[in-house]
Amino acid sequence: MKRAIITVVGHDSVGIIAKVCTYLADNNINILDISQTIVGGYFNMMMIADLSDKKKHFIEISEELEKLGEDIGVAIKIQREEIFDKMHRI
Amino acid sequence: MINLSEVKETNDMIQKENLDVRTITMGISLTDCIDSDTDRLCEGIYDKITDRAKDLVKTGESIEAEFGVPIVNKRISVTPIGLIGASACRTEEDFVKIAKTLDRAADATGVNFIGGFSALVAKGMTEKESLLIRSIPAALKETNRVMSSVVAASTRSGINMDAVRLMGQIILKTAEETKDNDSIGCTKLVVLCNAPDDNPFMAGALHGVTEGDTVINVGVSGPGVIKTALEKVRGADFETLCDTIKNTACKVTSVGELVAQETSKRLGVPFGVIDLSLAPTPAIGDSVADILQEIGLEYTGAPGTTAALALLNDQVKKGGVKAASYVGGLSGAFIPVSEDQGMIDSVNVGALTIEKLEAMTCVCSVGLDMIAIPGDTKATTISGILADEMALGMVNQKTTACRLIPVIGKGVGDEAEFGGLLGHAPIMPVNSFSCDAFVNREGRIPAPIHSFKN
Repeated sequence: MKRAIITVVGHDSVGIIAKVCTYLADNNINILDISQTIVGGYFNMMMIADLSDKKKHFIEISEELEKLGEDIGVAIKIQREEIFDKMHRI
Repeated sequence: MINLSEVKETNDMIQKENLDVRTITMGISLTDCIDSDTDRLCEGIYDKITDRAKDLVKTGESIEAEFGVPIVNKRISVTPIGLIGASACRTEEDFVKIAKTLDRAADATGVNFIGGFSALVAKGMTEKESLLIRSIPAALKETNRVMSSVVAASTRSGINMDAVRLMGQIILKTAEETKDNDSIGCTKLVVLCNAPDDNPFMAGALHGVTEGDTVINVGVSGPGVIKTALEKVRGADFETLCDTIKNTACKVTSVGELVAQETSKRLGVPFGVIDLSLAPTPAIGDSVADILQEIGLEYTGAPGTTAALALLNDQVKKGGVKAASYVGGLSGAFIPVSEDQGMIDSVNVGALTIEKLEAMTCVCSVGLDMIAIPGDTKATTISGILADEMALGMVNQKTTACRLIPVIGKGVGDEAEFGGLLGHAPIMPVNSFSCDAFVNREGRIPAPIHSFKN
């Protein structure tokens, strides 16, 4: 399974998760886990996604998510899971 | 499963604390390019480099995008040209021609620097190596991306004082040739003792003759990450201090290991080593000096600096080896002056001198690095400083190096501006008492005895 971590950081507003999830569904990316916190109106979300059946190239998805983030006023980043595994799991 | 706080920690390191992979350096052997004809040699060198490294930059960039961690430099190191050009080159101009070929190959592959315009002369110098060394000022003037190094000493063979004397003159001449740009040529020239064969960092990167055909070496960084971690344990005892550095260095290195393995896999080139380094940049918050100050010094250079640096250097290695399968290169904290804002500030307030820096190089990687000195410094004085630094490496069985920049037309109180990663540097005063009679002796300093350690 090819997994990636998607992070969304920014000011909270209506429909952030919906928009991100719609984009992922359109591109055949399955969401395995979501966690989220809001501290002082600041939205912080992380998703673990399965990219095994993705429709597009990783870089393209990354650029489109970044663009989506700009449209809704948050920073969206997608990174392959290995970087976190390698750093935090011995 | 990875949780939100772990993801946030990693991304804060990248976004707020300047965590990056400092360099992916591809080592390429040029021994199969050796030819007795200069044109054929240059053609072979260009073809081999542009073939082996054609996907290096592209691969680095896609790894960068997929993992979300910056890979600041993609570079190449080659077999020392003093060996490769020995058969073909008959004049200094022939060696300059090879330097220009390396420059063209670097340009074609998109790397920012190519290292290996080098001579290994720790014990003796062939006629061709002497020619290469004499061609360095012109080679560095006429190229942009070529880095040059001269290995003038080793623990096993002593110090080649003839090479050290010559390098004093060559450094000055290189400064003179590039005086319109604050003698920037000297930022691309380093004199080494005990140079490693697998160093990914410039200016001393070269692909040693003990290496295979092609190899990937990776240099990690992250002074800002260590500094931020230490802010949380202010006033704690040494055990806590050391554990914090060690654990953070382990995390930083794990990113380098991941990038190294991934690059090696994608390019189909064997992985060589991770260089466990703390490499600063002029950016605020990316400073080794700031770590020393966080450990408890008002400024770098204050009494206690050498001890604090020794501790830092050792813990970085202890943490790093846990995360890396193969370790090599220069591994340790770098203390360049111009590339570290904290070092520059310490020089400007008068806390840090060349003599203190020299002491610091006994306990860390690598040497007197990126230090601007007055342009009217005598060649013999530069050779004297080189000899001192070579002696430290030779006796302590470690790599040491000197990258001194005599800035032509400038003196103490002035500042040299090199730009980009090379930064800017205040001109530091040099002890002006003469060492002429010492430097002008011919021959070499014998290798030290390897027993009776005191």
